[in-house]
Amino acid sequence: MIGYIRWVDSLSKALGHSFGWCIVMLTLGISYEVFMRYVLNSPTSWAYDMSYMFYGALFMMAGAYTLSKNAHVRGDFLYRKWQPRTQAKVEFVLYILFYLPGILALVITGFFYALQSASILEVSVNSPAGVPVWPLKAVIFVSGLSMLLAGSAEMCRCLVCIKTGEWPKRDDDVKELEQILLETHGTDQGAAK
Amino acid sequence: MSDPVIALMMLGLFICFIFLGFPIAFTLMAMGVGFGFYAYFNPMVAFWDNNIFYLLVQNTFSVMSNDVLISIPLFLFMGYIIERSNILEKLFESLQVAMRHLPGSMGVAALLTCALFATATGIVGAVVTLMGLLALPSMLKAGYDKKLSSGIIAAGGTLGILIPPSIMLIVYAATAGVSVVKLYAAALIPGFLLAGLYLVYIVVRVLINPSLAPKPKDVDGVSFWIGFKLLLTAFFPLAFLIVAVLGSILFGLATPSEAAAMGALGGIVLSVAYGAFTWDRLRESVYLTAKTTAMVCWLFVGSWTFSSVFSYLGGEGLIEHFILSLNLSTLQFLIMAQLIIFILGWPLEWSEIIIIFVPIFLPMLAAFDVDPILFGLLIAINLQTSFLTPPMAMSAYYLKGVAPPGVELWDIFKGCFPFLGMVLLTLILVYIQPKIVSYLPDLLYNQPSQVDEGPLPEGVIDPAFFLQGN
Repeated sequence: MIGYIRWVDSLSKALGHSFGWCIVMLTLGISYEVFMRYVLNSPTSWAYDMSYMFYGALFMMAGAYTLSKNAHVRGDFLYRKWQPRTQAKVEFVLYILFYLPGILALVITGFFYALQSASILEVSVNSPAGVPVWPLKAVIFVSGLSMLLAGSAEMCRCLVCIKTGEWPKRDDDVKELEQILLETHGTDQGAAK
Repeated sequence: MSDPVIALMMLGLFICFIFLGFPIAFTLMAMGVGFGFYAYFNPMVAFWDNNIFYLLVQNTFSVMSNDVLISIPLFLFMGYIIERSNILEKLFESLQVAMRHLPGSMGVAALLTCALFATATGIVGAVVTLMGLLALPSMLKAGYDKKLSSGIIAAGGTLGILIPPSIMLIVYAATAGVSVVKLYAAALIPGFLLAGLYLVYIVVRVLINPSLAPKPKDVDGVSFWIGFKLLLTAFFPLAFLIVAVLGSILFGLATPSEAAAMGALGGIVLSVAYGAFTWDRLRESVYLTAKTTAMVCWLFVGSWTFSSVFSYLGGEGLIEHFILSLNLSTLQFLIMAQLIIFILGWPLEWSEIIIIFVPIFLPMLAAFDVDPILFGLLIAINLQTSFLTPPMAMSAYYLKGVAPPGVELWDIFKGCFPFLGMVLLTLILVYIQPKIVSYLPDLLYNQPSQVDEGPLPEGVIDPAFFLQGN
């Protein structure tokens, strides 16, 4: 089971990391548009569509990565104080009750939503450039699939925790600067969340 | 049970479920899908053809193609890049030299550094921890009072969520459907007012009791030119970047997302210029941006579905009706709303409060004739407190995490109290004189800010036509 969790985690991470670079494309793309408009006085017709596509793909595809790093925000002021086993039991049930229905809807309905768009080769209405929209709609389906996988790994984590009484460790990853500083310079680990 | 009562139950259940600690984005989504399934249930169609599933996917796509939210990853990226560019140390040093003739010069310099850096990065935790490591030890060594010093850093770092370009204001704009540009213009004066109050407080306290902040000796001999050169290399580039980003937004030269992209590029240039640019740092910034953006935007995916089902069932109407039946005056309504937000700020983070609870108040604003921009600013000022008061008190805990031994958590809280007082004072000033908020937007955009109700449908006569006759 640990092997499966590892495998899904690395997949989510690879997806999140690679789609993360959308932000660089987004920055460069918009800067290019600004340059073209103000310096060369010839705005592009595709920049607006490009910008929300990179942004949409970025956050949707990073969802699974964020989940696998436990970075989706929780109202955890009570949760934090529970035994790991209690946490895992509650969470396992909630993954089935709360997580799966919405994500399954994204996968199934999202599939038909994207299919419909792809079958007519839908293009954006924002400009005459004819930027195709269906790939972005397909992102909902693909991201749903990745969330489904990542969710299954989280459920396995809960099962492991119920069995062993402690949460399996998550792989190291990039950390917020404050986290790094707290870990390297921290005088009181308990005070920091 | 009638539909509006079901909607209330949906809200009540959701609030209970928050306490279970499940990721809030998915709790919202589940509530939306579950109750939506009931709301759109039609015995004639198959289970999986229920409209709610289509609504969820459609809402997801709306979040993905929303042109306000695009600015969020861009500003985050800019923040992460600048945070990793080693600029803070130079900034603090240069300001310390520049302010050396003021009473409490190090405190003033620390506050300005916090405010400027927090404004540029918008990341509260990073500013507070960095300053806690860098400025706090040197302030204590110079004999500064530990309560005053830690209060300055905790409160100064929190200013980043108020002074534009703040990510919180973008999230509010997207939630409330107001213009980011106007919101930024509106936030400028209250932001500077609060920062100014902090500054005056430090100087006055030190004037009254100079033992709180002894004059450091080692900076006295610095000549004017060296000080100026320090400012030129550390303070001005960052200040210029912020002014350029904000200015181009406020004067309509660029959309917020364009300005944010240019800001991120500018951040990279700065970081290269300071010799702090490495591929590892860029990679870190990219991955962190992806993670944080996903965190915020998935909340939107959940909450848009939640709130569309909530209002479809009539929950909004019921709450509005209830509040209106209390016969509150506008002032009472505002105070009640702020109290609720203040209390929510204890257990919850700003992102949750804005995305989930603000939509509940929004429909009532028109009834009480409150400008949504003013309301947003009041919330932004109010939420400063949630970073400084227990039990959440992110700023205080982060500072405690890196503070030198001898600085207790209680010292930090005590140090924060006067600053909380000034947050309250700013809130009161804004209540009494809403012009503080509306002056700049009115000046720049030449019309009172209001919710855009869209063009009237064709064939409908503008009601103003009849008023002219009288």
